[in-house]
Amino acid sequence: MTPILEVQHVRKSFGGVVANDDVSLAVPAGKIYGLIGPNGSGKTTLFNSIVGQHPVDGGSIRFAGREITTLRVPQIARLGLLRTFQQTRIYRGMTCLQNMLISVPPAGLGWRSVYLRPSAAEERKAEDLLQFVGLHAKRHLPGGDLSFGQQKLLEFAMALMSQPKMLLLDEPTAGINPTLINGLLERLRQANRDFGITLLVIEHNMRVIMQLAEYIYCLAHGELLAEGKPEEVQKDQRVLDAYLGAT
Amino acid sequence: MKLPAPRELLIPAVILAFGLLAPVLAPSYRGQMAFLWVMIVFALTWDLLGGQMGYNSFGNILFFGVGMYACVVVQRDLHLGYYAALFLGMGVGALLAVTVGALIGSGLLGLRGHYFAIGTLGIGIAAGELASGWDFVGGGGGMVPPLFPGAVGGRETFFYYLSFALAVVTFPVLRFLYAGRFGLAINAIRDDEDKAEAMGLRTTRYKTTAWCVSAFFLGLMGGVVGNLVGFIDPREVAFAGSTFGVWMVLMAILGGKGTLWGPVLGAAIFHVTKELFWTYLLGWQRVALGLLIVVIVVFFPRGILGWARERWPERFGQRVDEPASEAGR
Amino acid sequence: MENLRLLFAAPSLSLQLLLDGVLIGAIFALAAYGMALVWGVMGLINVAQGELVMLGGYAAYFLYRAGIHPLLGVPVAAILLFILGWALYRVVVFRVVDKDLFISILATYGLSILLQQLANGLFGANVRTAESGFGTLVLLDGAVTISEIKLVAFAAALLAGAALIVFLKRSRMGQAIRATSQNARAARVMGIDTDRVYAWTFGLNAAICGASGALVAMTWIVHPYLGLPYTVRSFMIVILAGLGNVFGVLAAALGLGVAENFAGFVLGAEYQAAFIFGLLVVILVWRRFSLARQRRYLT
Repeated sequence: MTPILEVQHVRKSFGGVVANDDVSLAVPAGKIYGLIGPNGSGKTTLFNSIVGQHPVDGGSIRFAGREITTLRVPQIARLGLLRTFQQTRIYRGMTCLQNMLISVPPAGLGWRSVYLRPSAAEERKAEDLLQFVGLHAKRHLPGGDLSFGQQKLLEFAMALMSQPKMLLLDEPTAGINPTLINGLLERLRQANRDFGITLLVIEHNMRVIMQLAEYIYCLAHGELLAEGKPEEVQKDQRVLDAYLGAT
Repeated sequence: MKLPAPRELLIPAVILAFGLLAPVLAPSYRGQMAFLWVMIVFALTWDLLGGQMGYNSFGNILFFGVGMYACVVVQRDLHLGYYAALFLGMGVGALLAVTVGALIGSGLLGLRGHYFAIGTLGIGIAAGELASGWDFVGGGGGMVPPLFPGAVGGRETFFYYLSFALAVVTFPVLRFLYAGRFGLAINAIRDDEDKAEAMGLRTTRYKTTAWCVSAFFLGLMGGVVGNLVGFIDPREVAFAGSTFGVWMVLMAILGGKGTLWGPVLGAAIFHVTKELFWTYLLGWQRVALGLLIVVIVVFFPRGILGWARERWPERFGQRVDEPASEAGR
Repeated sequence: MENLRLLFAAPSLSLQLLLDGVLIGAIFALAAYGMALVWGVMGLINVAQGELVMLGGYAAYFLYRAGIHPLLGVPVAAILLFILGWALYRVVVFRVVDKDLFISILATYGLSILLQQLANGLFGANVRTAESGFGTLVLLDGAVTISEIKLVAFAAALLAGAALIVFLKRSRMGQAIRATSQNARAARVMGIDTDRVYAWTFGLNAAICGASGALVAMTWIVHPYLGLPYTVRSFMIVILAGLGNVFGVLAAALGLGVAENFAGFVLGAEYQAAFIFGLLVVILVWRRFSLARQRRYLT
């Protein structure tokens, strides 16, 4: 099966600090993959490189059969590769519904549609997705008034609204009430299954990622340390060392 | 599209009636009242960028000045009838302002935050300095628009209604734009431009459009004000950054930036206060202006409607639905 | 364009413009360094920067009228402006330090209008100068002339800048200021009174602007409206040099002085202001596009 996302030998350093060194990974379409690693191992840097936040020093990144290494953030997003942020980012001054309505697939936003109101179908879809993440009752509240966990859910719903081919999630469960985590995981799986969205998830919570992902890459010190099925990675001595202080 | 409820039409109806009747009721104040509408357009077009899009421009006066000069040059050089030349001039002024906006927009609108603010401040002043050195438009001495052909006093009435008409057109156009995807997009840019880009929005397209819409109305208004005032000084009338240019910002903030009616309210309050008290300040007006800016910005940055929205969020449509209605779904 | 031909015909003229430009540049550097200091430490862009320069100029002028030699007026102007800067911080600026950038820009813009118009009301719009009584140096058989006051001002500007840098490096308060600029939160945790640090920073900035203004008053002229160009110059210099780069600031300032002098000669004096403000826009837009190539923003 051809991978939808293919990262080859990507290097990125900031000043003298090497954040990613020769990282290669591939995610097949329709799967849920995980990316783990101790703090400072370069996971978020890799995400930023993939979505075009900053230039890479070397290597190549391909998405859906297209070279995207030198494209910038909005262009990559329009190809259907979206990311969520570790420090959740939503439009704080706009209501949840407005947050959703502006997140329609950008490819469909031609010159003409810009000046029109969102269609009834879009509004219905926005409400349905808000329902899906359990924020329907708060749809007329400004996004900034929501709790951190709710903002994460809203950001996730916005990403779904945009109908991406693939979604990069940066720590989706961080800061979320533990009792809600299972519900969130179920929704992630549902999004993958029902909407066919490929997921690549950064996660610190080992229990969560082992349940969710079917294949895991582990970074340490900016390099790819190990990869494999959750069971394999879990038993890998190098991974254990990296997490348990041998860093 | 459903019609607005009668209650919502009450305020616009009152304003329209006032606007139409004002010159009849108080003919000696036509000039000042014409400027009320000018101020409203200033505040509205500034708020489009500063309030709704979060791009705090100090250079919108550029479009006003460009429109004014273009209009008067057309009136001077094309030997048409008075009204033909005036309306053609206003059109040319608006088009030129939009063109200038589109050209410099691609460069300036890529700047963020304070770089944009100071960059636009620079471009507004640079334009005034250029105009005052350019002999074709009269240099530092400025220009005088042609004489109004009608009866004595007819000039004020005519330009009163013209600026009134312009304000009456500007408001619903902006309201229409804010209600659609355009409004959502520029609000998104205001709240988090990086996020908007990460979601794939063509932010540059929206920003340039907003800038050009603002330029269009200011360009038209430039022609009107040039003729209303009766002479064009490059720094004091056309590119009057230290009066009109600052007032637009101040009025929008006073009323509540980023709200629909805030700029209208702010402009009305500012203008009326200014007309009532300004003359008593005898030469210290601009000191008062500086003081007013500091006081409003420091102590009242949300403005009147912004404050009201915080106080009574439900009235502005921000509410939590009852669980009952939730169950119905 | 007549002047451009003249420039090529007479190389000594270029030398003259170059020298004059370098000598002005040092004075620009002072105000720019102050702006960088406030920007770096307080995260605030002071639009009233040029007005502080202007008030420093008036201070020197009135001291001169009272019989004090302008050179002695420089430190006195600096001290007076320090007090003013401190007071401005305590009354207005402290309220906007932690607010969003636009609020601080607009508030200091308001201050700038206030100070400018106060000066206009109190001192009148007339152009003033503080005569220092220095002569003129004639070099290269009269092809190049330098008024000695410009040389003195140049040296004084460097000296004032050096004094500020030594203060920041050596004194307790200077160390506190530098600590705060690196991480205000950590500095607060370590027991540094950041509010006091900010007051000092703003005061020092005003002082250095005051010194620069006093030098302006004795080399050129003072009038109430000279502020904004100085603000814009400082801003340009800081953008080009970056924060916390003393030699960058000096180099950019000297370069700007030279560029302005040549532009003023070639374009004519009436376009000099347009040149400054136009150059600001050009620099900003150029920075934006050069950063965008690396997927970066000017922030």
